[in-house]
Amino acid sequence: MTTEDHLHLPPADTAPEGDDRWAFGTGFTDPLHGVDTALPPGADGAALAAYCLALGDDALVLAQRLAQWCTHAPELEEEVALANIGLDLLGQARLLLTRAGQADGSGRDEDRLAYFRDAPEFRNVLLAELPNGDFAHSTARLLALSAWRLALFGRLTGSADPVLAAVAAKGVSELAYHREYAAQWVVRLGDGTDESHRRMQEAVDALWPRLGELLAVSATERRAVDEGFGADPAAVNEEFEAVMRQVLDAAGLRDPGPLLPGEPAGRLGAHSEYLAPLLDEMQSVARAHPEATW
Amino acid sequence: MRNEWPLYEVFVRGKRGLNHVHVGSLHAADDRMALTHARDVYTRRNEGVSIWVVRSDAIAASAPDEKDPFFEPSGDKVYRHPTFYDIPDDVPHI
Repeated sequence: MTTEDHLHLPPADTAPEGDDRWAFGTGFTDPLHGVDTALPPGADGAALAAYCLALGDDALVLAQRLAQWCTHAPELEEEVALANIGLDLLGQARLLLTRAGQADGSGRDEDRLAYFRDAPEFRNVLLAELPNGDFAHSTARLLALSAWRLALFGRLTGSADPVLAAVAAKGVSELAYHREYAAQWVVRLGDGTDESHRRMQEAVDALWPRLGELLAVSATERRAVDEGFGADPAAVNEEFEAVMRQVLDAAGLRDPGPLLPGEPAGRLGAHSEYLAPLLDEMQSVARAHPEATW
Repeated sequence: MRNEWPLYEVFVRGKRGLNHVHVGSLHAADDRMALTHARDVYTRRNEGVSIWVVRSDAIAASAPDEKDPFFEPSGDKVYRHPTFYDIPDDVPHI
């Protein structure tokens, strides 16, 4: 392959006139525009693929959980907000899974990775796959995962892998909004009525022990740092913890105590009983019609 | 009976628009939530660069049965339109 083949130039680039057809314009941007998608020289493709897969799976699985709020959220506006957040994450997952399939040399595309792996092959943290619970539980989980991911992506914008850096740069503003959305709800409920405070506190207490896995440093993450395309987990975790405590304080919620890194579980493929049914639903159409296109 | 959040009216300024245009309404518990909801409900197709929200009950509106006294009198005052002048070709932006 020549260098030109690696340059990502979306078809939209060649047809900018479409923009004039719409009152508001379209002005859509492609996060990978002009990014060299060739593997950086000397990069360990398998290590990069594993890292992208882990981060892609976090987003894919949480996107599916968020989509499950559709028709169940307390207000129509919240439903749209949660679905939007899910779609942002799905967009991140698509780019990351695509990158994983390129980097490991297997030639698997995003659909192959999303729809034709079984639960033990997924590398997301358990926190992403847990059932939604009530709105307080979902909000607490969203706060934790978006705060952690924002701390991570902010640093990945300097990744040695240009694709990962571009995906992170796109994700930062999305995640900043997700974190803001979740934090507002945690504060609103924590600082609300006795009942909302009680339920938000319960959700935070249930969340806390789950955060150990998020803070754990798996072999995948350690290798990513050694190879220069990953972000330093210590710095990410420190920022994450500071954000969590700041939100709890603003919400008048009791701090459940120290946060300590636990053991990697989902990153090694050891999942809860909740992941397989989630995947069954998500993968059912693709598996029933494996050759379908749209 | 259900406690509903108050209604807000949403105004969005598009990338090419010079002014904010009314796009619809939504429910929210307060101003800040109304802004985030407006962002999520009305700008998800890349429409906006600025949002205004205002509580619907803060808007004073003309009533439909006032339509004639309000608007009919201006219907025959064609001289209020500057259409009786010859505009030189080199004068732009009229």
